[in-house]
Amino acid sequence: MSKTILTIDDSASVRQMVSMTLSAAGHTIIEAGDGAEGYSKAIAQPVHAVLTDLNMPVMNGIEFIRKYRQHPASKGVPIILLTTESDEDLKRQAKEAGATGWIVKPFKQDQLVAVIKKVTGA
Amino acid sequence: MSRPDPTETFRQEARELLERLEAGLLDLEKTPENGDLINSAFRALHTIKGSGAMFGFTEVASFVHEFETAFDRVRKGHSPVTSELIAVALDAKDHVHQLIENPEGTTPGGDAILDKLRTIVSTDRFPEAPLPKEQPAPAAASSAGPKRWRVRFKLPADSLVYGTNPLLLLDEIAAIGPCEITGLTDAVPVLSELDPEVPHMGWQVDLTADDPRSAIDDVFLFLRDGMELSVEELAEEIAPIAEAAEVKPAEAETAAKAAPETKSTPAAASTEKAAGASLRVAAERLDELMDRVGELVIAQARLTQIAASSSDGNLKTIAEELERLSSGLRDTTMGIRMVPIGTLFSRFRRLIHDLSRDLDKEIEFVTTGEDTELDKTMIEKLADPLVHLIRNSVDHGLEDAATRVAAGKPAKGTVKLSAVYAGAEVAISVTDDGAGLNGARIRAKAEEAGLIAPDAKLSDQELWQLIFAPGFSTAKEVTALSGRGVGMDVVKRTIDGLRGAIDLSTKPGQGTTATLRLPLTLAIIDGMLIRIGNGRYTIPLAAVEECVELPPDAGSSSRGRNFLDIRGSLVPFVRLRDVFGAKGEPDSHPKVVIVSSGEGRVGLVVDQILGNFQTVIKQLSPLHAGLKSFSGATILGDGSVALILDTVHLVGSAHRDEPKSEIGRAA
Repeated sequence: MSKTILTIDDSASVRQMVSMTLSAAGHTIIEAGDGAEGYSKAIAQPVHAVLTDLNMPVMNGIEFIRKYRQHPASKGVPIILLTTESDEDLKRQAKEAGATGWIVKPFKQDQLVAVIKKVTGA
Repeated sequence: MSRPDPTETFRQEARELLERLEAGLLDLEKTPENGDLINSAFRALHTIKGSGAMFGFTEVASFVHEFETAFDRVRKGHSPVTSELIAVALDAKDHVHQLIENPEGTTPGGDAILDKLRTIVSTDRFPEAPLPKEQPAPAAASSAGPKRWRVRFKLPADSLVYGTNPLLLLDEIAAIGPCEITGLTDAVPVLSELDPEVPHMGWQVDLTADDPRSAIDDVFLFLRDGMELSVEELAEEIAPIAEAAEVKPAEAETAAKAAPETKSTPAAASTEKAAGASLRVAAERLDELMDRVGELVIAQARLTQIAASSSDGNLKTIAEELERLSSGLRDTTMGIRMVPIGTLFSRFRRLIHDLSRDLDKEIEFVTTGEDTELDKTMIEKLADPLVHLIRNSVDHGLEDAATRVAAGKPAKGTVKLSAVYAGAEVAISVTDDGAGLNGARIRAKAEEAGLIAPDAKLSDQELWQLIFAPGFSTAKEVTALSGRGVGMDVVKRTIDGLRGAIDLSTKPGQGTTATLRLPLTLAIIDGMLIRIGNGRYTIPLAAVEECVELPPDAGSSSRGRNFLDIRGSLVPFVRLRDVFGAKGEPDSHPKVVIVSSGEGRVGLVVDQILGNFQTVIKQLSPLHAGLKSFSGATILGDGSVALILDTVHLVGSAHRDEPKSEIGRAA
């Protein structure tokens, strides 16, 4: 079943890659360039999963997660972090804020699809 | 919607980021304490690294990684922003630019820049620890073959809200291998206190997986820290441990040779193997249980009989239910004690091997009926007697190769060990194709040993039985293996103790068979109740092959033989009316119950077949123990007694007497 997935990343190339990969897997992708834009898009329509970068201008990934999790629309929505290094401290902060899982960049396309399947079942 | 190549997008993006980085670095030179600028620069590097690796710019990624690592120290305040640092950082930025614009060509100087950068930032006392390498996959440690795992987990309270779907986790585990999932509901509160957003449940999954443990860990990758999770490897089989613990290797080696009283025979170990996890129970308790079950079965049979003649539907229902339950209970109870005899048989392979070597005789060892189940304690007690019998067969029975060839037999002798159900008995035979018992020598020996009077008249069977007398041995010289004159009398004593019997049959020049006939101590069997005249008898159902009508033209024995044509093969039959001297008018349509034993098949002509009943075998009193045709008695549902036919004896006598006339009068 097709899922609606929000990808939040300040890197257009990463967004593009995520978008291409997940579209090919049959999902609908919404893109946002930073946490603030991501938040407004995440609450504007129901999404099945959120992929977010951590290091972003305006509102970083952890701030986004904290804010989004306070909104009832986020209930049960898995949030996957895109992190470059496996920074345990950042990961821990993000998890405390309500992140569901993470992908370490660089990732391969099928890894991304596998993680989305893992958290959404599709 | 068509979009440009992501690689080109990355290049574009990287150019912008590098420009931003350059501007940031230059600004930073003026305001070294500006944390925002440092973070911005760091973020730029971070993005280039992450995207670079994804779009195939590996050299960019590894260079930027080092760059970033150095810069991270600045960000964390371990290293100050100096003009020297800015200069090198700008060189580094230029280098990255080169790498991105010219990915195919070689861009030298990267290492030098990094060295310089590292020197600058490592002026403090904390040398940068190398970035933790990717953990080597623990797969190497796992051995081949599927393993059993027990996974228990309970999710953190916030996990549902935070987007973890436990059903997906279970699906993932199920994808690893076949598993059994059990919900653990002990922590689920009453409905009024239940928070639907909290996963109160836990799960236990018993999983069989070829994959290493890491596959299981991967399922919980995102959850491991905050959840209750235990993954333990289940022992595949308890038995190897039990065996190792109980039978010392040396003991096992010599078990067949010396047959010591081991605490646990292989047979016992195999029960444990089959059970997976074993429980030790005193044998007396099992005996007691068996007795109780026996009484229950009798009581149930009486109830069934009463219910059958009653019109009360409820009573019938209960009686049927009870019959089903007690039958299951009987089978289970019997099963607890039953062990296949194959475990014992396999033990003799070593014995044969050693005997073959020591006596320089080539021996073919054949076993059949390994699946035959026998009471566990009985199997343990059978080990010694069988060792003696096999030794005797090899030592005294089998001739040496030259003699065998001279007699026209294959040089290689055969010893056959077989087990077979014979009605309510198990017959275990040791057969050799040797010279056979030498009656004259046995007689001479017995006279010499003073066991018989010189002029005693003995039947063949009586003569053979002499070899079981204490102190009897016919071996011309005492060998290391047998022939010390102890052994066969021990065999006899042991089998007597098990309420069994030993039959010997021998044909000169063709071999000897020693058959141990042992009762199934578990004294409940399925029996077929039949009527002959006014008497009722039970035939062990295990011995029954089929039931047919007696053809009218088979009614007379005028030609001296009673044979039935059962699908082309001739089966002798016995008129039990005649055998038992039954009174009353014979039934106009007698039935023939075809029973079989190790010796063959025979038809038993009966007046009526009444049906199948669970039968509790009661031993005959010593006064009646001599009645060859009966192996015991049973109490019927109405309290009356039915004798249990000894099918082995009936079949044997029918076949032995068959060449003569009047089979019907045999027994």
